[in-house]
Amino acid sequence: MDKVIYLDHAATTSVRQEVVQEMLPYFTEKYGNASSIYAIGRESKKAIEDAREKVAKALKCGPKEVFFTGSGTESDNWAIKGMAFANREKGNHIITTAVEHHAVLHTCQYLEKEGFEVTYLPVDEHGVISLEQLEKAITDKTILISVMFANNEIGTIQPIKEIGRIAREKGIYFHTDAVQAVGHVPIDVNEYNIDMLSLSAHKFHGPKGVGVLYVRKGIKIHTLLQGGAHERGKRAGTENIPGIVGAGKAIEMATKDIEDKVSKIQALRDRLITEVLEKIPYCRLNGHPTQRLPGNVNFSFEFIEGESLLLMLDMKGVAASSGSACTSGALDPSHVLLAIGLPHEIAHGSLRLTFGDDNTEQDVDYVMEVLPPIVERLREMSPLYEEVKRGVKHV
Amino acid sequence: MYSEKVMDHFSNPRNVGEIENADGVGQVGNAKCGDIMKMYLKIENDMIVDVKFKTFGCGAAVATSSMATEMVLGKTVEEALQITNKAVAEALDGLPPAKMHCSNLAEEALRAAIQDYYKKNGIPFDGEPVCSGCCHDCSVVHE
Ligand SMILES: Cc1ncc(COP(=O)(O)O)c(C=O)c1O
Repeated sequence: MDKVIYLDHAATTSVRQEVVQEMLPYFTEKYGNASSIYAIGRESKKAIEDAREKVAKALKCGPKEVFFTGSGTESDNWAIKGMAFANREKGNHIITTAVEHHAVLHTCQYLEKEGFEVTYLPVDEHGVISLEQLEKAITDKTILISVMFANNEIGTIQPIKEIGRIAREKGIYFHTDAVQAVGHVPIDVNEYNIDMLSLSAHKFHGPKGVGVLYVRKGIKIHTLLQGGAHERGKRAGTENIPGIVGAGKAIEMATKDIEDKVSKIQALRDRLITEVLEKIPYCRLNGHPTQRLPGNVNFSFEFIEGESLLLMLDMKGVAASSGSACTSGALDPSHVLLAIGLPHEIAHGSLRLTFGDDNTEQDVDYVMEVLPPIVERLREMSPLYEEVKRGVKHV
Repeated sequence: MYSEKVMDHFSNPRNVGEIENADGVGQVGNAKCGDIMKMYLKIENDMIVDVKFKTFGCGAAVATSSMATEMVLGKTVEEALQITNKAVAEALDGLPPAKMHCSNLAEEALRAAIQDYYKKNGIPFDGEPVCSGCCHDCSVVHE
């Protein structure tokens, strides 16, 4: 197998050559500790501050509001736990959604064990929360609203601006997990009234293991890591300078000409959606038809199981993912697919294909060449399809 | 994650299909859990002379069905009943721990097909009851 068509950009992305080049000197020549006072130490310090400026520019915030972390997961943990523990006297109620990434969901579940109360807002069939339900869920004990910008599985984009407005009106802090959105849709933390935002560099052609938490000026949250005075005393640990430099370069590249990139990727997405729905029977699109990430496609194919589909696609050189239980080692399929109301058997047959700006029209051609026969072949093997063909089962 | 043998049986599954007027048909699992196996047996003079399967499920589910059909072909019904999920998994050079459930499903599908054969022929059967193949329903830990 020589050719690989990578359609799993929501899982991670390659590090851009330009990004690698910027990072390299910080491994070998400019290896100084940013806390040291000699020249290579000061150089490291400056590299961090330059990267911070780049992140601030991308989010349209101030550099002092940007904190580097070790992952998107850490940023989510810090935002939610940090806010919860800092406001214990004010209230113990957190509002989030049923479709968050586990980095948010499991953090909230942990806080429930610590005595906090969490409301998990349901979503509609497209994966969107209801603003009405959000307003109703707010009590005088609510200290935080955490709603993801865009969903990692089905790509649905939440009405972030409206959520931000509601949060601001009620005087409640608003955190958004924007790990899937940064570098893929334009974001302005002031326009959207976002108080805290998590991002992760490896989702936009930066290095793995570098996250950012944006915290609006004046907001106090507890620190998770006690130690040295790094990140202005808020996040201890000697900084991952090559990684931070890479994150800065990557966010600069990802947010430059974002509109052009979005329209190109979106065209690939929409073509694939149209053609698959047209050519493959018993198939549905999961997520919102238009309010979705430009690169996200998520289908359910009835009567087949996702892991088998992924293995066969892999044999044809297509890298994708699925929300089936078998791919996660769990008994239940993805919580996101169940939250949008899919029955288990249809959730098991899900396929996520996520485009990046290195994909081409030829990649869509190739998927359209290999996917329909694979689906057909697995259906021919499936006892469920046999029933449908014989007319025993009605769909 | 999977052995070469598993991948071989997954990508070229043996004995996929149906048998018309099969002497025994067994189906276990359910769509909710993400896997269903259906096994068809043709039995002559107590000997399994043909076997086919259909499976809805993951790579391991397809591979274990395929391997189980290869293992029972040409065996007597009694011999076929001796085949355990462990033997199927071993014949595939092992399965990841999370997938042992699938090999159990293969054993149960075979057992269900043989039970069906016994029932059709009025032969008393005192084997263990067939499990539903759905992990939500039981708590048996498979090796
Ligand atoms: C929505 C969302 N939040 C959080 C994360 C976690 O980010 P990281 O991989 O940097 O820990 C991911 C990535 O998998 C994600 O998609």
